[in-house]
Amino acid sequence: MKYTSQMVAKPYFIFALILLAGEILFGLLMAVQYLFGDFLFPLIPFNVLRMVHTNLLIVLILFGFMGASYYLVPEEAERELWSPKLAIITFWVFAVTGVATILGYLFVPYAELTELTFNNLLPTMGREFLEQPLPTKLGIVLVVVSYIVNVTMTVILGRKTVITTVLFTGLFFMAAFFLVAFYVPENLVLDKFLWWFTIHLWVEATWELILGAILAFVLIKVTGVDREHIDKWLYLIIAMTMISGILGTGHHFFYMGAPEYWLWIGSIASAVEPLPFFLMILFAFTMSKNRKIKHDNEMALTWAKGTAVVSFLGAGVLGFIHTLAPVNMFTHGTQLTAAHGHLSFYGAYIMIIFTIISYAMPIMRGRPHGNCAKAQALELKSFWMMNIGMVGLTLSLATAGVMQILDQRVGTELLGFMESQTTIAGVYTVRAGFGVLVFLGLLTYFASFFVKEEQIA
Amino acid sequence: MTERITKSMAKNIYYGGGMFALLIFAGLTFDSVQQIPERSNQTAMTESVVHGKALWEKNNCVGCHTILGEGAYYAPELGNVFQRRGASDEQTFKAYMLGWMAAQPLAIPDRRKMPQFNLTEKEVNEMSDFLIWTSKVDTNEWLPTIEG
Repeated sequence: MKYTSQMVAKPYFIFALILLAGEILFGLLMAVQYLFGDFLFPLIPFNVLRMVHTNLLIVLILFGFMGASYYLVPEEAERELWSPKLAIITFWVFAVTGVATILGYLFVPYAELTELTFNNLLPTMGREFLEQPLPTKLGIVLVVVSYIVNVTMTVILGRKTVITTVLFTGLFFMAAFFLVAFYVPENLVLDKFLWWFTIHLWVEATWELILGAILAFVLIKVTGVDREHIDKWLYLIIAMTMISGILGTGHHFFYMGAPEYWLWIGSIASAVEPLPFFLMILFAFTMSKNRKIKHDNEMALTWAKGTAVVSFLGAGVLGFIHTLAPVNMFTHGTQLTAAHGHLSFYGAYIMIIFTIISYAMPIMRGRPHGNCAKAQALELKSFWMMNIGMVGLTLSLATAGVMQILDQRVGTELLGFMESQTTIAGVYTVRAGFGVLVFLGLLTYFASFFVKEEQIA
Repeated sequence: MTERITKSMAKNIYYGGGMFALLIFAGLTFDSVQQIPERSNQTAMTESVVHGKALWEKNNCVGCHTILGEGAYYAPELGNVFQRRGASDEQTFKAYMLGWMAAQPLAIPDRRKMPQFNLTEKEVNEMSDFLIWTSKVDTNEWLPTIEG
């Protein structure tokens, strides 16, 4: 570690991992309620479990991105962070807001929560992923602004690199698109149309810039490949991301009331969407092959390659499979969407956070060469447990989606939604099993932090 | 393949391509916003429909149901529930909704449960009006079948 202020990343990483454990735990609870409707009902109805599950995911990714930025920006800018104090205050504001919001979801009925948090003054609640009460949304704005200011000031006062420029672009547009979430039109169709400006353009555009920047940083560090070369790849990847991702928003506009031309625009752009992820695989593996140094932290490189491969499968392949308009006619609003969502979020965003944590955490703990071989072996085990768990879970959900489509949408003898769900119960049981494997994988990952360093003789 | 591409070429593809995509997106967005009122039959969007949508959000209905394909997959799609449960007749549908909402949660062991939201009769009717309005949106012929 070159600069002491990089240490502010540590609480961000630790908190992100704690939230991840909570996120998976609520996912498991949902998997059980899917099978046994009386489980936890009426104590925690499904919509509350789901809200906690998805909101924890969003917040933990933001914590991960912030930790990653506070770690890599000083090293890229070749100076201390502009204000480590602000970064610590931001951490606490965000952590307290996040925890209070989750407790609010769990202990106050949602309708009552809307009344308690002034939703009548500016209604923004009750939309998927954007369920947060107004004070939380304002808190997120404050936190993100403080984060951007800190990163920007550090970059302006120090060395400017392609990595920090890309990171900044991602952060800036992420903040800009979040502001759309404060406007909820009375017309449901316009509401949905604008809702995607935050949701899609976060996940399939601005966050991918941040992902690209973090991946490039770690690859430079662990492969020693020339920066010029890495920069070129980074530009190519994010170029494809922007071209396909922005117009790819159109694949959400097929069947919710938007004009017909989106059927074409969305399909064509979606066909290109796997490309940036494919380039990312080439990037990670080529850099690994051409590496100039052999870093002792092999897990960091393993995660880096893993994130490229799994996000290609989840976001690229599974996304492409059902975003052509004629296919989406049948798959829209089924478990196939859930399958795609799970593997993309895990592959692209959870794994990039594991990548940077695996690289940076040992350094912050005074182990510049990475964790000892025994700890890395355990971490590798957790890598496979989580990957196999997530792929299994995704395939189960995809199977459920196909069964649902055959039951409800194809042929003449159709089943109703609830009957169809009953026929899928076996698959949902398998899904829950793989979910348990993911959780055990995460616990194994946690255990790898506590493996004692071997004494160097 | 990448040997022939220089860093500055890659940079230009990024800025040029990104701007190009953004401009097309902005143009089409502008056009869509103009078209949506007609495609969604906005003139039929009465005060009751608007209240119904507010109730939909206040009770986080999208946390279990999908509406026009978006939401959670725990409970049925409601974009065409008017046709499915009301046979496209407003009186039939409203009567059905009053009975259905009052009966929740159903006492069937381990069936997925819908909470009791304690809505007034007026509120249930507003919810029905919102769902009826939604069912008439021009969705490019989605859903493929009545079962949703």
